[in-house]
Amino acid sequence: MATLHTVNKSPFATQTLLSCLGHAQDGDAILMIEDGVYGGLAGTSLSEAVAARAGAVRIHVLAEDLAARGLNAGRLIEGVAPVGYDGFVDLVAETDRTQSWL
Amino acid sequence: MTTKKFLYVNRKAPYGTIYALESLEVVLIGAAFEQDVSLAFLDDGVFQLTRGQNTEGIGVKNFSPTFRALGDYDVTKFFVEKESLEERGLSEDDLQQIMYEDEDDDWAEKPSIRIISRAEMADVMADQDVVLSF
Repeated sequence: MATLHTVNKSPFATQTLLSCLGHAQDGDAILMIEDGVYGGLAGTSLSEAVAARAGAVRIHVLAEDLAARGLNAGRLIEGVAPVGYDGFVDLVAETDRTQSWL
Repeated sequence: MTTKKFLYVNRKAPYGTIYALESLEVVLIGAAFEQDVSLAFLDDGVFQLTRGQNTEGIGVKNFSPTFRALGDYDVTKFFVEKESLEERGLSEDDLQQIMYEDEDDDWAEKPSIRIISRAEMADVMADQDVVLSF
C-alpha cells in the first residue's frame, strides 16, 4: 500500500518538503512539481535531507517544470530521477493514493 | 521632477506563482518615469535569472529574456545576493548574461548583474527612497 506524495512549493520558501520527507514511508514515492522541483537540486542547503530518504522512498522531479526553470537532470541529487507527464500518470496509477503537500 | 531611488525586491521563484512576472511588468511600467531604478534578487528570487529556461513543456510564457531588454530602459542595476545563490547550489555561471550600454562611457557594454553579499544587500536596501516587494 504505497502513497504518491506531490510537493509543489519551493523547499527554500516553506517547510513543505521537509514535512513530506518526515511523513513518507519506505516504499512510497515523492514527485516534486512546479516550484517543488528545486528540492531535487544537488549542492544545496537541503540536499542532504533529501538524499537521506532517496532509495527507501522513490524521489522524482517533473522534467517539464525543471526545464522551465533552466535546470536539467545533471543538476539533481544522485538517486533523484526526472519523469515526464507520462511518468506522473504512471506514478498515480501504480500507487494506492495520492497526497498533495500544498 | 525630482528623481527618487526605487528598489524592486524579488524573492520568489518564477512560474510557480505570478509574483516574478508581475514584478517585471511593474518595472517596465515604472521605467517610463525616469527614476533611479535598481532590482534586487535574493532568496528564491535568484532562480528568476537562471539561463536556459524553456517553458514549452508547461505551456506558459518564458519571460526570462525580458530581463535582457531592461538596459534599453535605463534599468541597469541587478543586485544578486551571493549567499542566496550558494544556499541553492547556484553560481554566477548559472545565470544568464545581461548587458547594458553605458552612455557615460562611450556606450561600452557592461554587465548589469552585480553579485553582492547579504550585508551589502542590506546597505542597498537602506539606501532607497521607495522599496517595492514581490
